[in-house]
Amino acid sequence: MIEVENLRVTFTGRHRVEAVRGVSFTIGEGECVAIVGESGSGKSVTARSLVGLAGPHAHVEAGTFTVDGRDVRGFAARDWRRLRGRFAGLILQDALVSLDPLRTVGAEIGEVLQTHGIGDRRDRPQRIQRLLTDVHVPEPERRVRQYPHQLSGGLRQRALIASAIAGGPRLLIADEPTTALDATVQAQILTLLAERRATGETLLLISHDLAVVSKLADRVLVMKDGRIVESGDTRTILVGAAHPYTKELVEAASGRRRGTTAEPGGVVAEATALRKVYGDRTVVRDFDLTIRRGEIVGLVGESGSGKTTVAQLLFGLTEPTSGRVRFEGADFSGVPERARRPIRRRLQLIAQDPLSAFDPRWTVRRIVGEALPRGGNPEPVLERVGLGADVLDRYPRQLSGGQRQRVAVARAIAPRPSLIICDEPVSALDVSVQAQVLDLLAQIREDDGTALLFISHDLGVIRDLADRVLVMHDGRVVEQGPVKAVFDHAGHEYTRALLDAVPTLEVSR
Amino acid sequence: MITAIARRVASGAIVLWAAATAAYLALLAAPGDIVDAIIGDGADTPQIRSQIIAEWNLDRPAIVQYLDYLLRAAQGDLGRSYLLQRPVRDVIGEQILPTLKLAVAAAVFGVVLALILAVTTRHRWVRRVSSTAELIIVSTPPFLIGIVLLSVFSFRFGLFPVSGDRGWAGLVLPAITLGLPIAGVLAQVLRDGLDRALDEPFAVTARARGLRERAVLVRHALRHALMPAVTLLGWLSGVLIGGVVIIEQVFGRPGLGQVTLQAVGNGDMPVVLAVVVFAAAAFVLINTAADLAYLLIDPRLRRS
Repeated sequence: MIEVENLRVTFTGRHRVEAVRGVSFTIGEGECVAIVGESGSGKSVTARSLVGLAGPHAHVEAGTFTVDGRDVRGFAARDWRRLRGRFAGLILQDALVSLDPLRTVGAEIGEVLQTHGIGDRRDRPQRIQRLLTDVHVPEPERRVRQYPHQLSGGLRQRALIASAIAGGPRLLIADEPTTALDATVQAQILTLLAERRATGETLLLISHDLAVVSKLADRVLVMKDGRIVESGDTRTILVGAAHPYTKELVEAASGRRRGTTAEPGGVVAEATALRKVYGDRTVVRDFDLTIRRGEIVGLVGESGSGKTTVAQLLFGLTEPTSGRVRFEGADFSGVPERARRPIRRRLQLIAQDPLSAFDPRWTVRRIVGEALPRGGNPEPVLERVGLGADVLDRYPRQLSGGQRQRVAVARAIAPRPSLIICDEPVSALDVSVQAQVLDLLAQIREDDGTALLFISHDLGVIRDLADRVLVMHDGRVVEQGPVKAVFDHAGHEYTRALLDAVPTLEVSR
Repeated sequence: MITAIARRVASGAIVLWAAATAAYLALLAAPGDIVDAIIGDGADTPQIRSQIIAEWNLDRPAIVQYLDYLLRAAQGDLGRSYLLQRPVRDVIGEQILPTLKLAVAAAVFGVVLALILAVTTRHRWVRRVSSTAELIIVSTPPFLIGIVLLSVFSFRFGLFPVSGDRGWAGLVLPAITLGLPIAGVLAQVLRDGLDRALDEPFAVTARARGLRERAVLVRHALRHALMPAVTLLGWLSGVLIGGVVIIEQVFGRPGLGQVTLQAVGNGDMPVVLAVVVFAAAAFVLINTAADLAYLLIDPRLRRS
């Protein structure tokens, strides 16, 4: 179906970037192939080249490049357009931005039918509804008139898939199709993709996470720095990875416990009977929590479960409707900000996206320096998080995602806090980088005895790092206890659903 | 919905009141005597003076006059022009049509030209040439553009009348003069918006459906690019209101601009006040239209 030999993609813009440097592979009819690699490895560019969408300044060359039996090397824009949507459908990461936010779901799906002249004006509405039914969107007649932002993350992604399959393509290219989703929704979307495959569609999956694709893919291509470093059928890759990078990916996907033997110390923070009401919606109720020195507490739940509100309450960014927060033995809620300020430095935050949490006009030196006593040298702190002096004068944009999060950790540990609240600190990172940041956090706990409240929708991450876990659902804690107990004998059905959704590598080694 | 409309109307009324009051205070503080303004070049004797004071109720305290003015303005009575000795409503009514024609023609010309420029000049040198031309136009004072257009198209080629409001031909050059800077700014903003929208993931999705680049541009990106352009509608109303005064002068057109200049020069307070209130009303109207346009373009804003 697809045969590529020595594919090279070079971006000739202001800077010349060799994104793909000689890649060869084939995809057979009905196969499911996955390309795995970290951001910047060239995996997305490779996939998009297959439909001629490598990018505006991309220069594509290849020894052999056949799609559906035709040599596409001399393809004009017209020829590509005929392939797109009809032969191959493309599914991108986040439907909130991958579907046009200003158009209804029905218009977006209908556009494919219209472009390729499928059906006529009268029967298109029915076709659109049938497509939505095919991807298991309930009440399709209502959904067609809705906008992406009115749908939940899962329904949105299904609508995006419906638009990708509207032209009846034989090949589906899914570029990180589940990365922006909660674990349970991710599992549902993967099931849907498996279903598409069962109907005979060929799948090309792109992901940074080996665990996500391992259940679906027949074959895996591992990419790094624009080259395929290893390829083979999924089982072989998982069991007998030869390349060190592949091994790293396998390990990151399998998870690794980062526990401690130290006993927790005195109480650092305490929340009692917290309740938060916005209008007529109670977003947090009956929330109790005690965090001790040197403890890592995981707080898990899906978007909308109230976990971010809990973080804001503990951090003193919003006042609880009732209940109270104490930090280092002093009242932290219900007191004027003036009273909180002296101990604020002892409570730090690591946000999900450091790019928006940093002032883009500040250098790393200034970002970290701000958290230190006046005139403090940022270099030792950066060294602790594994960064050299070479990043000191760079701006946040000039750092990789992993480096940026290390800077965020450096800024958080600089004032020697007793508690760090980490709000989804690794969710935006590739799994291999995730593992490094988790190692770093575990090390800091070990060295400084800093307590961590680790908020995440990803149970896998919590399992690897936390000592205790609280599971939140609809604003209340439905289950809590030591990580091992909760994971092995989940009592609440919601916890079990979350656990089932965690993508894991099921390989006997 | 009803409270939203009520709030809108109330805030509009407050803007009108504030504009009228500010203008009233400014004119009160301005040098010159109202009686002098009313007498103009006529006979000036103490009798006539006291007669005028009695007739126009000028002997009452300023605050009473002000409140009386507000009360009557609220009923639609804008008073009498000192200079022309006619109801202000008639003076404005006669002159408003040519001004509206000019403003609407300029706005339509400006917006349409901006859309055409932004959509058609996307790549390479065409884009650079167009963008440079836009910046030159924007940084040139409008009266200068008017004079250049006049000397080329009217004096040299005689294509359009030199002055006055003689049918549609007389509208062409003034509308272009007033519309060109609008087109320049809008085209820059639209082009920038298109660039950003075409970089978004939904543009990739649209291309992946097999759409032509032009269709991606018109069906998807353009709506996104319109958002920042709509924000400029408030600015646009300012340009139009300020611009017509100058343009009408340059092209010798009748209209509010001429009336305003005359009224300001002669201390004809009722007319100036009426023009200010009218400009404020136009401003409120255009900004309300902008707010509605936001809702029309972006469904995400419709929620609350």
